[in-house]
Amino acid sequence: MRTSGERCSSKSWITSTQVKNNKLETLEEANTIAVMALDPNKIRADFPILDQEVNGYPLVYLDNGASSQKPKAVIDTISKYYEHEHSNIHRGVHTLSGKATEKYELVRGKVRKLINAAHEHEIIFTRGTTESINLLASSLGRSAISEGDEIIVSELEHHSNIVPWQLLCEKSGAKLKVIPVDDNGNLELGAYDELLNDKTRIVSVAHVSNTLGTVLPLKEIVEKAHDQGALVVIDGAQAVPHMSVDVQDLNCDFYCFSSHKMFGPTGVGVLYGKEDLLNELPPYHGGGNMISRVTFEKTEYNELPHKFEAGTPNIAGGMGLGAAIDYIEALGYENIEAYERDLLSYALQKLKGIEGLRLIGEPEEQACVISFLLGEHHPSDVGAILDRQGIAVRTGHHCTQPLMDRYGIAGTVRASFSFYNTKEEVDILVAGIEKARSMLG
Amino acid sequence: MASIDALQKEIIEDFSMFEDWMGKYEHLIEFGKSLSPLDDQYKTEDYEVKGCQAKVWLHTEIVDGKLVFEADSDAIITKGIIGLLVHVLSDHEVDEILNTNLYFIDEIGIKEHLSPTRSNGLVSMIKQMKIYALGYKAKA
Repeated sequence: MRTSGERCSSKSWITSTQVKNNKLETLEEANTIAVMALDPNKIRADFPILDQEVNGYPLVYLDNGASSQKPKAVIDTISKYYEHEHSNIHRGVHTLSGKATEKYELVRGKVRKLINAAHEHEIIFTRGTTESINLLASSLGRSAISEGDEIIVSELEHHSNIVPWQLLCEKSGAKLKVIPVDDNGNLELGAYDELLNDKTRIVSVAHVSNTLGTVLPLKEIVEKAHDQGALVVIDGAQAVPHMSVDVQDLNCDFYCFSSHKMFGPTGVGVLYGKEDLLNELPPYHGGGNMISRVTFEKTEYNELPHKFEAGTPNIAGGMGLGAAIDYIEALGYENIEAYERDLLSYALQKLKGIEGLRLIGEPEEQACVISFLLGEHHPSDVGAILDRQGIAVRTGHHCTQPLMDRYGIAGTVRASFSFYNTKEEVDILVAGIEKARSMLG
Repeated sequence: MASIDALQKEIIEDFSMFEDWMGKYEHLIEFGKSLSPLDDQYKTEDYEVKGCQAKVWLHTEIVDGKLVFEADSDAIITKGIIGLLVHVLSDHEVDEILNTNLYFIDEIGIKEHLSPTRSNGLVSMIKQMKIYALGYKAKA
């Protein structure tokens, strides 16, 4: 566990030379300068995995959309937990269990603060975004959906925000409706208006598209859904690593995300839900921890958040998530957003300069995720040649096959960046693509 | 017709001329481009080898007691690699195909394409070729 003193050392990530201007009088001015000055080379030193060669070249890791790397603070927290602190939580009367419980519950508080939820018990720990959405589809399916109801998703959704709802529709006789995407990768909001009606029960959309980087206009989507009395579920897996999220401001009913895409360990995720809605929702998994009293005649369920947390959770993963949140907050979302905005515009400008390169989607608002095709070449060919040069990108349909169908393509090459990526790495990517272009002919 | 073993040695010698990965890949790409495309009637789901990120189609028939393979892919590196597999295995007797150890893949430095953990599915390709051979053997 890092002490608060250590956390304050985050200032070292911000280049001190930038703050030497004596004219700085207000905090606001100082912040503006700090925003431009997040130093990726200092940050990179916190991520041991980045310092290695792959296929004889320095690793350029541009597959953050699939999973981000982990800072040493996260890795150390997990080791320390297993070396000194492990015990089952919410159970024992002994000291270790008590301490582990306390620390695990502290993480819930950190998550609450990170997304500005109103209460800690609105934060449910799951295995990841996929499980969070499945939990909702299952529990809402038993309490809020019946034949003839309608569920709306968008055309750019990840399969994990399509298939759980399809399963629910098959079981309940509800209908799945789809908000189309335009040529640039923006949602067609006019069509959304037409899809909404008094039969709409759930609207479930991404905050950020994992394939195109599109940032969806959530406030508008939420407001219109609520006007029809529908609940709104947000898949925030691709947003939390890049931007500050305020669930109260968004006014969404549920928000789901994964630890492993936000610099934490795999196997942990979050489901946020509004208190009254979670209280109404029937449990998902049954087991230990989620009950208050069990008899063979009837079981009374535990209160929030435990009602949805059956069995021993991924305690170490939760601790690691806590360290990841500390890390993000020490950097500051403002700094991360400003840095990535600059990196994105540099990358877009450089990529557009490559002959025959076609960007897939140029949305109005874009997170640090870029999909492209190179001439007529198959994405897997481009990806293989980039891989030979130590550049990790993702190729394929990115678990968004309906979106690929929308653009009439089988897949894309996707470069997804994080705050530890640099403009130099963009240059290496560009040179790597040029090499692929000349080799593939 | 040379034996599978001789054909593998020929490919290894061929690729040994290139010192770095770039030369090898360029050779692979050129080889892929030189192969005639599979007849469109076989580029259907029935002939598709599943588990590949690129599309791969495989067609087989018995000609004069020997198993003949034809394959194609919409990705050129994949086409080059499956082209090598076809070159080595095609037009041989079923037993020879079934008893073959494909060591040339390791030797020419494209082994990473055959890792079962990769989504390019070339392992499925080899498996499919051997399954066809087994099928014909069972029928014979």
